[in-house]
Amino acid sequence: MLQAKIDITLRKTVADPQGLTIKHALESLGYQNLADVRMGKLVTIKLDTGDKQAAEADIKEMCQKLLANPIIEDYSFTISEE
Amino acid sequence: MKFGVVVFPGSNCDMDCFHVVKNVLRQPVKYIWHKETTLDGVDCVIIPGGFSYGDYLRCGAIARFSPLMNAVVDFAKAGGLVIGICNGFQILLESGLLPGAMLRNTNLHFICKYVYVKTENSKTAFTNLCKKNQVLKIPIAHNEGNYFIDQEGLRMLERNRQIVFRYCNQTGLVDKKFNPNGALANIAGITNRGGNVLGMMPHPERSSEGQLGSADGFLLFHSIKKWLENK
Amino acid sequence: MVKPNVYRSLGLNDEEYTKILGILGREPTPTELAMFSVEWSEHCGYPRSRNWLKLLPKKGKYETLIGEDSGGIIVDGLAIVFKMESHNHPSQVEPKQGAATGVGGIIRDIFTAGARPIASLDSLRFGPLSEPYNRYLLRGVVDGIQFYGNCLGVPTVGGEIYFDESYNGNCLVNAMSIGVAKKENLARARAKGVGNSIMYVGSSTGKDGIGGCSVLASHEFKEGEEKRPTVQIGDPFTEKCLIEATLEALATGHVVGIKDMGAAGLTCSSSEMASAGNVGIDLELERVPRREANMEAWEVMMSESQERMLVCVKKGKEKEIERIFQKWDLNAVVIGKVTKDGLVRVKDKGKVVAQIKARALTEAPIYDMPYQKPDYLDEINKLDLNKIPEPKDCNDVLLKLLAAPSLANKAWVYQQYDHMVQTNTVVLPGSDAAVLRLKGTKKAVAATTDCNSRYCFLNPYRGAQIAVAEAARNLVCSGAQPAAVTDCLNFGNPEKPDRFWQFKNCVEGITAACKFFNIPVVSGNVSFYNESPKGSINPTPTIGMIGIVEDVSKVITQYFKQKGEIIILLGISRGELGGSEYLRQIQHQVKGDCPDLDLRLEQAVQQAALKAITKGLVSSSHDCSEGGLAVALAECCISNKENLIGALIDDLPRPSVEAKALNYSTRKDALLFGESQSRIILSCPKKHVFVIKDIAAKLKVPFQAIGKTGGQSLKILDGKKTLINLPLEKMAQKWTNSLQSLITA
Repeated sequence: MLQAKIDITLRKTVADPQGLTIKHALESLGYQNLADVRMGKLVTIKLDTGDKQAAEADIKEMCQKLLANPIIEDYSFTISEE
Repeated sequence: MKFGVVVFPGSNCDMDCFHVVKNVLRQPVKYIWHKETTLDGVDCVIIPGGFSYGDYLRCGAIARFSPLMNAVVDFAKAGGLVIGICNGFQILLESGLLPGAMLRNTNLHFICKYVYVKTENSKTAFTNLCKKNQVLKIPIAHNEGNYFIDQEGLRMLERNRQIVFRYCNQTGLVDKKFNPNGALANIAGITNRGGNVLGMMPHPERSSEGQLGSADGFLLFHSIKKWLENK
Repeated sequence: MVKPNVYRSLGLNDEEYTKILGILGREPTPTELAMFSVEWSEHCGYPRSRNWLKLLPKKGKYETLIGEDSGGIIVDGLAIVFKMESHNHPSQVEPKQGAATGVGGIIRDIFTAGARPIASLDSLRFGPLSEPYNRYLLRGVVDGIQFYGNCLGVPTVGGEIYFDESYNGNCLVNAMSIGVAKKENLARARAKGVGNSIMYVGSSTGKDGIGGCSVLASHEFKEGEEKRPTVQIGDPFTEKCLIEATLEALATGHVVGIKDMGAAGLTCSSSEMASAGNVGIDLELERVPRREANMEAWEVMMSESQERMLVCVKKGKEKEIERIFQKWDLNAVVIGKVTKDGLVRVKDKGKVVAQIKARALTEAPIYDMPYQKPDYLDEINKLDLNKIPEPKDCNDVLLKLLAAPSLANKAWVYQQYDHMVQTNTVVLPGSDAAVLRLKGTKKAVAATTDCNSRYCFLNPYRGAQIAVAEAARNLVCSGAQPAAVTDCLNFGNPEKPDRFWQFKNCVEGITAACKFFNIPVVSGNVSFYNESPKGSINPTPTIGMIGIVEDVSKVITQYFKQKGEIIILLGISRGELGGSEYLRQIQHQVKGDCPDLDLRLEQAVQQAALKAITKGLVSSSHDCSEGGLAVALAECCISNKENLIGALIDDLPRPSVEAKALNYSTRKDALLFGESQSRIILSCPKKHVFVIKDIAAKLKVPFQAIGKTGGQSLKILDGKKTLINLPLEKMAQKWTNSLQSLITA
């Protein structure tokens, strides 16, 4: 069994009002040295296979096809043994 | 002529669009379930608003993989009229029939209210009964209507007159102050290059009867009818 | 042997446990004990309130429907089904999910009756916004309502939001839903027909919300209590699919009965369906679709996972029903059948884990609760106006009242709700009542929720009557005939006699007012134990009322339409200040008695206004309530932000002779901000004034033309003296921006 963890974030060039709001909230709690806050999504997928290489290719395709929208989002992922 | 209203699980403006076409425009109309594979002879496809698949993952992201969307893409490529309203607009963006993407409203809230939009192109299949620069009072109701496209894409939209509606005030002044959701260049609605696919965030079906506060949205349905008649 | 600490921890007392031993003739199994504990809790069985609820009238001017889980009226063969329910404690613990699942639950009660939900309203109450936690609660509750309602495509068209110290530590979230069906398509929440199947439809079962209704709804909040684990999570997308699938399934004619699995989940739905149909039900738990492994039988029976329903289906038609739910990607599984022995028999992997007479579960013991008038009330009811300085600057007072959070404009909230979907909302939020057209007819439904809980605190009986009267008045102001009520009765701990006295008096007040107006109470809900360590909430019997508009083209809104029209006041200004918003906000006192209420006068005022409106004589119509005449007039001027219209009031109403005889105050603050009941402000073209005067005279309604519309300010004169002179923009700014700035502070 493998587990993929996929991070989806807004691309750097896209404004992120959620991140900005969180930053303001943290600052109002007294955390003053925040350079930037970005908000994203985490998707975990369990794969019923041991073939890590094939899994990587599959996950990449899933990201491109459905999980992330390349116009506004970047993605990255890690795959590990369950 | 015949209209088809697409129904995804989670669509919730399907009945409203159906009502306007049937009872106000008085044209034949049918629902098309998303698992169908053909459009079966319709002249105009309406992709209604709502929360297809709960807007889970991203608005419209899952709906675009419904079997019916292949037929819609083929229909659009062959020049058929497609109008996507609100969630329908988001689905058209995700499916690549229209350029760009939707972000969350800048105030991070769902916004439901009447807004004014300026008709920037009154020569399209959807706006041919609007006067040049006509200001329309139509409501919006969405969480993600903050339209985004890169600079090159925006230039293309402008060059090809694909921007059909921009948010403005009662007198037609387009300004950041009257932009409800942060949309780039106050964009409220665009067409594809061919002009046969329209996506818009405001809901014309909610403003097609004076009783509801405005009948300006009916101009769109009426325009489509006229366009199809003259085709 | 069940130890006392076990059944006590489930909320059962020694006497109840002995009763259970008697019913079963043996020791209960753990599953049976859990089932009794929830079915006999206040939330499901109403043991402490049932005796009093019997008083409420069930018949009125329209044909009524009293279903198991909702009620309604019949108008021209169309059933209008509606109900209001509380989700207070879950919202206090986790505001977004608490409010969301509250909306989801009440809407399920509507479509399981066979009606398509057409609108929701929400009555919300919080502690002051100066407290950060209250701001968090308000934001979370609004977020939950928009998250759930918007996705469903059911417009949230109205409601109310009040702020009061008594809700610190115990907010109120009362959600109301309205649905419409053809009379012949209505469904019942009962099982019938021995051999018919019991099907489980909707989401899978998890451990969420176990013990929710008994634990959360039947205890007071204590300091720092950790109750989050029992909160359920809402999934509006699944519910939207459930609505469509359910209405499709009901249309086949194969569904005998259907019930939401709400509070106490499978226990409540199975025993109540069996009891209502006078049959038994056998359940096989291992067939229940599950989301979590290793669930005990009692956990499956108690789970409050959302978006699930129990359906009784005609034998042989199961596949057809299954296909409909599968089309919407929903579970639909046969988990049992109808029997004739009247028992709810639960089997888990072949072993019987519970076997109880359905009736024994649903007929909870009834308690006569002791009640006593609170000692503090006589003292609080005394109000000596001589000790209260008259304000020097009434302009300043009016601006402060317009910015008071309970009175300020609520656009920040309702713009987050989709209030237009389904394209029926003829009068949008922000007027006295929401109005929804009924497509295919000339008619419309108007709806409102009302309760001034400060009045109910000062005088529970009359305060509750006023809630009914004001709800009816709001409907009349929109052009509707008041038709029927749903009540949501929020009170403190019923085991404390002073709290129960409030409950008893409020129920009697509602009963008297509804009987007088000939309006039935068709559905409702009781929520007790609304207390925090600081004490009980104000008694809050929220009244949800619907009315019928005969001709939708005659519908009317509260704001002035054009300049040069005459402003009319119907009713008597008594100059009462007891319990007023003015006294609270400006003088920082909650004192006196609540305003007087003459039901005869109230009815006459409403009849006169409705007659004038339906004859098309009137341009605007607005109820005069919190903040008195001055605030009501200001609202008439500024509530249409695209067209502000000023007014000159040069004939200020004088206290009537009768009022003077009763020694009511004649102070200017009382005249401007006093909250005398049974008053309606109309505006109309000059030519209609005498016709309206005539209508009023025939009904013996006090009538006064108090001024005219026009100009850029609201100006109120007292003889030669100017009491109020405020620019419209200034008032609009205060009124419009106040709530948002308090919330985002």
